[in-house]
Amino acid sequence: MNDIVIVGGSVLTVDGIESVDIGITGGKVTEIGKNLDGGSVINASGSWVGPSFVDVHTHLREPGFEWKETIATGTEAAAAGGYGGVVAMPNTDPVTDNAQIAMYVAQRGTQAGFTDVTPAGAITMGRAGDKMSHIDEMWSAGVRMFTDDGDSVADAAVLRLAMEYIANLGGVVAQHAVDADLSRHGFMHEGSVSSLLGMAAIPAEAEEIVIARDLALVRLTGVRYHLQHVATRRGVELVAQAKDDGLPITAEVTPHHLMFDETFVASMDPDYKMMPPLRSASDRDALRAGLVSGVIDVVATDHAPHAPREQEVPFEHAPNGVIGLEWAASVAHEVIGDDQMRFFAAMSQTPAQIASMEGHGEALAVGHDANIVVFNPTTEWTATATRSMSRNAPYLGTTLQGRVLSTILRGDVTYAAEG
Amino acid sequence: MDRGGGGIMNHLLTTEDLDRATLEELLADADEFSEVLNRPIPKVPALRGKTIATMFFEPSTRTKMSFDKAAKALSADTMAFSASTSSLSKGESLKDTALTVRAMGVDLMVVRHGATGAPWRLAEWLDIPIVNAGDGAHQHPTQALLDCLTIKQRFGSLDGLRIAIVGDIKHSRVARSDIFAMATLGAEVILVGPPTLLPLDTEGWPVKTTTDLDGVLETVDVVYLLRVQLERGGGSVFPSLPEYTARYGMTNERFSRLKDDAIVMHPGPMNRGVEIAHEVADDHRALILAQVTNGVAARMAVLFHLLGGESNE
Amino acid sequence: MRQVMNADDLGRVIRRIAHEIVERNEGLDNVVILGIPTRGKPFADRLAAELSTIEGNPVRAGSLDIGLYRDDLDLRPRTRLGPTIIPDDIDGRTVVLADDVLFTGRTIRAALDALADIGRPASVQLAVVVDRGHRQLPIRADFVGKNTPTSHDERVSVRFAETDEEDGVWIGEVEGS
Repeated sequence: MNDIVIVGGSVLTVDGIESVDIGITGGKVTEIGKNLDGGSVINASGSWVGPSFVDVHTHLREPGFEWKETIATGTEAAAAGGYGGVVAMPNTDPVTDNAQIAMYVAQRGTQAGFTDVTPAGAITMGRAGDKMSHIDEMWSAGVRMFTDDGDSVADAAVLRLAMEYIANLGGVVAQHAVDADLSRHGFMHEGSVSSLLGMAAIPAEAEEIVIARDLALVRLTGVRYHLQHVATRRGVELVAQAKDDGLPITAEVTPHHLMFDETFVASMDPDYKMMPPLRSASDRDALRAGLVSGVIDVVATDHAPHAPREQEVPFEHAPNGVIGLEWAASVAHEVIGDDQMRFFAAMSQTPAQIASMEGHGEALAVGHDANIVVFNPTTEWTATATRSMSRNAPYLGTTLQGRVLSTILRGDVTYAAEG
Repeated sequence: MDRGGGGIMNHLLTTEDLDRATLEELLADADEFSEVLNRPIPKVPALRGKTIATMFFEPSTRTKMSFDKAAKALSADTMAFSASTSSLSKGESLKDTALTVRAMGVDLMVVRHGATGAPWRLAEWLDIPIVNAGDGAHQHPTQALLDCLTIKQRFGSLDGLRIAIVGDIKHSRVARSDIFAMATLGAEVILVGPPTLLPLDTEGWPVKTTTDLDGVLETVDVVYLLRVQLERGGGSVFPSLPEYTARYGMTNERFSRLKDDAIVMHPGPMNRGVEIAHEVADDHRALILAQVTNGVAARMAVLFHLLGGESNE
Repeated sequence: MRQVMNADDLGRVIRRIAHEIVERNEGLDNVVILGIPTRGKPFADRLAAELSTIEGNPVRAGSLDIGLYRDDLDLRPRTRLGPTIIPDDIDGRTVVLADDVLFTGRTIRAALDALADIGRPASVQLAVVVDRGHRQLPIRADFVGKNTPTSHDERVSVRFAETDEEDGVWIGEVEGS
């Protein structure tokens, strides 16, 4: 008899979508078939079952900003969102620009036990944009993604050299594509709402310029390139063109850029402040279409916790970012619809490939690690609380469709929905 | 999207949602307060026992003095908070600062803040009326009231008047407030400025825009000159101050081409010789000091509306 | 509501008060008439018209709004401010305040405060169309059109064509209070 069986679900297996039960024993998938028995039964009737999600863009804030989030609280929220693995962004204090910090982050993730945590390493020392970080020693410590997230690497020469080095190792460069000069004083999208508010703003071209330059450097260096939180229509078009040209690039979109647009900023509520900013309705439509078509490969949360106190200020003074781990799957499902294959590709399989996260993002098969999520696409629920330490979430109080019911990490149930 | 405010009745945050009846009522009352201010004892007991806090998170002497005078002419007590003497530098959140001052027994807050929307946040956190005395480059509604009062006193009504607002519209809360109040009162508003100082997108605004001052100069009844923010000048948003003056300044030559009864206004402080010629500033058709005087009356009307009894009748 | 004075009664009363004002002040040289809006204003204007006839030269009445001097601003709905127009210098003169109804005396108290901020009259007299009693302050009228005992809950309505499209005085229960 299995330790756990998941019964009655629509399961993503190596043979495609099948109505089968899954047996789990000793942390592994041990049986796939009909009418399986187990010590513990998870009812997945009406639900989708597949590899647990992977987030390639999470801010866990530890070390250095533990009043916003810790690796334990952030990964607990991630497990509640169906995640089995997250990539921790390096903009901590100290910055993850060396192996010691990278190992610390991974180890804290293991201690917490909610998800696997793979640290991303900074491209430049201190994310300052000039000197190459300890890329090689971080590679040896298991880092596979390099990014100065929070800032673009502005200096093309610096980025080019880092790309050459990382390409040789086989890693991926992830870019926060916002031009520093065009965005320097801006707080929101430049458009009709910023004109009315008189707020200093950031044109969509601030993203386009960086992407276009980076694509030229990708062509030059051959590095695997991941575009973080694409937010504009032109950005999506550039990605599509680059893929047509055969460049090794992938792109992510965040739940908030899929859900909201600049008009929400008219409320001047800091919960709608993020970087890149919420763009126009036209941009948002392009992002949604891009995710459906696959031009945009994955949904990534850019989960960015900030303490409530930090939000008790005017919009312009508030820090950028919102939390998103617990409802990203609901938003992804809302956009993608009932295409279970595409849903798991965007939430689990492709993110795991981008992050080179072993044991994750694989269609279920006997012998694999039991990293599994049960997601019900029809359940309606209202997000009223979060496991994150922060509350900067415009989703709180809204009713969403599609909910994670269970998350399993190597046979351990890391999340089970109540009721 | 609901941006709060909801007209004059609970707070005065923006002119965008003020309807004509409310504006007319405020202006009529401001007219009565102008009379009060001309009395031998320019003070009435209407708000005796009320406490008004002026919360200025951005330096401003003139607006603060004007509100102070308005409050005192209504016999309200005043308390002043200014950022330089505050605990904000010690890391206290705006919310905590606001709650602290409220707890001292304040009935209304007048708020000036460099950040857009700060008065909306205070209105959300506090249970007392908030008056926006300027937030970022967004809104400064009492300025619009005093401007409309000044124009109304001169022309009787704003209906059908052509008003050119000239200069740095993009960064001007005065312009954003005036535009909506003036248009609601029936004026035709034209925004004039260099392309770098016009808002990017004015679709849906009740205005026309042009970069050609000379093209509209002879057709307008009011020329409203905005202050050139000197720190923005010289090579960043326009080539140089002399070049600005040559194309957008109210020079003596341009002044001579205005309609005979046209007036010139300015929110102050003026840069004489830049956006307005020295002689023009002192001409009797420049109503700049009348604007300042009307500022007190207009602010009295606002304070009285928000604190003088049940106001939702 | 029942009518206690018709248009003719009201005209007669105003004429009588005008004569009393002239008699008391030995002419009008030193007198300024100020009506308290809303209905003190037409009353003052009617008085001024009668006084013009009696004296044979034009007499103008002013108005004195007391909205900013009320001691009950917190308790009542805000009303529109009325005009304050002082036709002559009042320092050293006799001001005759005109109001429609004298009730608690609080309106007159507010008017006296307002007057003190505007100038320093030698004396102040009070003319009312109806004195209905129930004083809460030590105030009495110098010229009274009609003394009408009322219960506290009743409403006295003095109407002028200028404000109400008809002349007369009515008394009735307050609706809905």
